[in-house]
Amino acid sequence: MNAARTLATARRVLLQLRADPRTVAMLLLVPCLLIVLLKYAFDGRQAVFDSLGAPLLGIFPMVVMFLVTAVATLRERTTGTLERLLTMPLGKLDLLLGYALAFGLVALVQGLLAFGLTVGLLGLDIAGPSWALLAVAVADGLLGMALGLFVSAFAATEFQAVQFMPAFLLPQLLLCGLFTPRDTMAGWLHALSDVLPLSYAVDAMNRLTSETGLGGAVAVDLAVVLGCTLLALALGAATLRRRTE
Amino acid sequence: MMNSAPPADGPAVDVRGLRVLRGGRPVLQEIDLTVARGSVTGLLGPSGCGKTTLLRSIVGVQRTEAGEVRVLGLPAGAPALRDRVGYVTQAPSVHADLSVLANLRYFAEVLGAPRSDPARVLDEVGLREHAKDLVGKLSGGQRARVSLAAALLGAPELLVLDEPTVGLDPVLRQELWQLFHRLAEAGATLLISSHVMDEAARCTALLLMREGRLLAHDTPRALLAATGTADVESAFLALVADADADADPGRTASEGVS
Repeated sequence: MNAARTLATARRVLLQLRADPRTVAMLLLVPCLLIVLLKYAFDGRQAVFDSLGAPLLGIFPMVVMFLVTAVATLRERTTGTLERLLTMPLGKLDLLLGYALAFGLVALVQGLLAFGLTVGLLGLDIAGPSWALLAVAVADGLLGMALGLFVSAFAATEFQAVQFMPAFLLPQLLLCGLFTPRDTMAGWLHALSDVLPLSYAVDAMNRLTSETGLGGAVAVDLAVVLGCTLLALALGAATLRRRTE
Repeated sequence: MMNSAPPADGPAVDVRGLRVLRGGRPVLQEIDLTVARGSVTGLLGPSGCGKTTLLRSIVGVQRTEAGEVRVLGLPAGAPALRDRVGYVTQAPSVHADLSVLANLRYFAEVLGAPRSDPARVLDEVGLREHAKDLVGKLSGGQRARVSLAAALLGAPELLVLDEPTVGLDPVLRQELWQLFHRLAEAGATLLISSHVMDEAARCTALLLMREGRLLAHDTPRALLAATGTADVESAFLALVADADADADPGRTASEGVS
């Protein structure tokens, strides 16, 4: 671990993003646009928007961050810069944390924008403290980023990396409790949803929607999401090999 | 006894009995070689003969099956070598979505090289006026020079260059070879692969490879003398005929190369 190299990597990743303003615009605006769509799809039915708004405020940034990080790190692998970096005195964690820091910053800005829009302009009304909504939304963005970093190790092409979104995220979306409450699922499905991180992200959002105050359960859910983020980063580091065939 | 510091006068690269398998098939066999410090050693052979695999083994990024590879007195790929060995891959490995200078600044920070180093290496590869250009907008040859410049950061003791002059115009090629010799005079060791035999004349030592084996290891002059040929291409052909005759004496060996 070396702070200077981690920061240099984060700065470099942000500089690369700056060269691609269209991607930055989509990163920041697409979740906002989707939430506006949601609001007007349920026009006049504020109760529906109130119950779906919070979970989706977490899910949209996660999906977007997942895609962008998966492709960005895959590019690092396929253009040979990863191999060059691993011949240099750069720790694997320096590299991954540099990425995490850069995309984490993007997730924060993205979360702030979507949160301000949802709570401020669109009038999402939840029982819990609204700042907690922001915290969970940013944590979800970070989780998406870490999962994207991890799965990019298993993709050889950008086609494959993009396919990991339906393969890896959509099952979580189906089982996370958004479409049907988790405790009404068959036992084995419920058990499966218990080990998927998105379930905890949505649980936290649902609790914030319906319960006043900040219960300990939300904190636990948030801790699980952040724990999965760290686990995915650690697994990502394990997939980086200095020596390959 | 404590670990003593590796001798500074040993060879820059020392390979013993190296064997590498890829997908179960041997791509390098029975490789023994040394690269003298301060030399400009050319690694020549046809495309697909194992040059890149050998260079990767020396840099320490290739999984090897058997044998020993020591670089600057240490096992290849040792952490202590990571800022002492510069490696340029065949395809330019730099970030296309960063400017030339931003690339070099980042790699310099990773290497812990002086802040003035990016400007120095830009001058060395003749890309000063392109410092602010996005690498993705450069020509292939310019991009290759950015990749080379990144390997010069921090003044490494050993430079491993995989086909650094491919696709460059003759003037640029000559300038780069002059740069390589300047670096060697300053004390660096250079190991440079090429599939263009006429680049051999510019090296102080040659390694000739074919089908995963080393055919010859000598100075260009000695190689020509030993094969009785006038240029390295002919010497290579003579050595191949020799090797084939040794491997299969039943076939005609009437070429009579000694």
